[in-house]
Amino acid sequence: MEKKLTKGDLFNIFVRSNFLLGSFNFERMQAIGFCVSLIPALKKLYQGDDLKAALKRHLEFFNTQPFLATPIMGIIAAMEEKKANGAEIGEDTISGVKVGLIGPLAGVGDPIFWGTLRPVLAALGAGIALTGSIVGPLIFFIGFNLIRLLTNYFGVKYGYEKGTELVNEVGGNRMRYLTEGSSVLGLLVMGALVAKWTTVNMPMVLSSYTNQQGEQVVTTVQSLLDSLMPGLVPLLMTFACMYFLKKGANPLVIILGLFALGIVGYAIGLFA
Amino acid sequence: MTSLQFLGVIIVAAVAGMGSVLDECQFHRPLVACTLMGLVLGDITTGIILGGTLEMLALGWMNVGAAMAPDAALASVVSTILVIVGHQSIGAGIALAVPLAAAGQVLTIFVRTITVFFQHLADKFATEGNCFGIEMCHLGGLLLQAIRVAAPAAAIALVAGTDTVNAALAAIPDVITRGLQVSGGFIVVVGYAMVINMMNAKALMPFFFLGFLIAVFTQVNLIGFGAIGLICAYFHIRGLQRELNAQAAGPAAGGTGNALDDIDDSDLM
Repeated sequence: MEKKLTKGDLFNIFVRSNFLLGSFNFERMQAIGFCVSLIPALKKLYQGDDLKAALKRHLEFFNTQPFLATPIMGIIAAMEEKKANGAEIGEDTISGVKVGLIGPLAGVGDPIFWGTLRPVLAALGAGIALTGSIVGPLIFFIGFNLIRLLTNYFGVKYGYEKGTELVNEVGGNRMRYLTEGSSVLGLLVMGALVAKWTTVNMPMVLSSYTNQQGEQVVTTVQSLLDSLMPGLVPLLMTFACMYFLKKGANPLVIILGLFALGIVGYAIGLFA
Repeated sequence: MTSLQFLGVIIVAAVAGMGSVLDECQFHRPLVACTLMGLVLGDITTGIILGGTLEMLALGWMNVGAAMAPDAALASVVSTILVIVGHQSIGAGIALAVPLAAAGQVLTIFVRTITVFFQHLADKFATEGNCFGIEMCHLGGLLLQAIRVAAPAAAIALVAGTDTVNAALAAIPDVITRGLQVSGGFIVVVGYAMVINMMNAKALMPFFFLGFLIAVFTQVNLIGFGAIGLICAYFHIRGLQRELNAQAAGPAAGGTGNALDDIDDSDLM
């Protein structure tokens, strides 16, 4: 009798995929989470020693962008189904596909979800939240989760339906377009945020005189900088942070450094 | 604080703690965690404003690969309790959030290390074919992450608002809180820098400058930037297509000529 995964099994995998990272540990990272997500399929397909072997091979190291782990789950579920029905698929083939997809999918998922989608929605939501409106948190929470759940659901479904065919696609051009396209969008918005959502005010007076109309003309450091290029100071600060982060500095140390700058700057009258 | 509120604090903190490891629903992000904590403590508006402020601070905090970011969950939960129950300013909340994020980072690294124990327990259950056991190992790791935030939050909730704590918070000199508010204006650049570094795309930096210049010299809002970004992405992808197809067609002397047509643009958006 042919063993076949049902829609319900796949839905079960989708539900469990939402808890992929629950037992993240520094030895094998998402390994337990991946195994637990696949258990509905494995229990259906295998019994006895075959089940033990299947559980064991899915407790191997696994770590990728969590939402894009779902196509891998789908592909692996399809492969396990074929294997359970007697197809010649070795354990090493299944592990090979899994490990081979980790890198490319993290490479696509990190810039899309962590680099673009979350910061953009969070910045939009935070801007509204500063006025005390509940709309801010809601935009972020609903917007992000809607896209995430659709990704997880269709990830499992598409991965299962396409099976190993999808492996070639992941390495193909289309993924590269998606990654670069989202990076373009993300970087453009980051540039805008550096200018718009930072406040630096340097009120130190450089010159002050009374012009012919009898008006007081005051030039501060800030008004001088604004006449050259508004937003220059935050831009330079961003580059400095990028430099220190690349050197391996802990972000919290940089944050503390900027706090110190703010406090000292305020105390000596450089910032206000 | 009523005992019902205390229970609410523990539940919100536990959910935020689980969110910090799962990274799915985003319950650990300040925007969500502070709002929920504000709701439980009866001052949702302060929760939302503090959440928005801390979200700016934490914008670039992300767990990519095996690297651990500062912990937004503990920072959001505990600073909201101290601000609302202890009647502190948003500025004091920012000041408290940073050391709390560092403490949370240490705690989550600790939990993720001891979860290795569950990994080995799961191996044992696998050799027995015990699926339920493996599922329990998974839940065990998740539960530890919930406790890691819920326990400190409960402890703080018990002492917040007492004279001792209020006196300690009031002892922070004015120059520090005002200075922190000044830094609050530009502290977010650390987050932007983390995001830009993560993208790791030097060739695409002109788009960053384009966004910067448009923002400096016009009044376009964030939705507008999203739209401009999509158009830029479209043209960038077209250019990339041409480049890749030329590369593919080059060695094959001539190519098929209709290589551009195999890519369905509707799938890209």
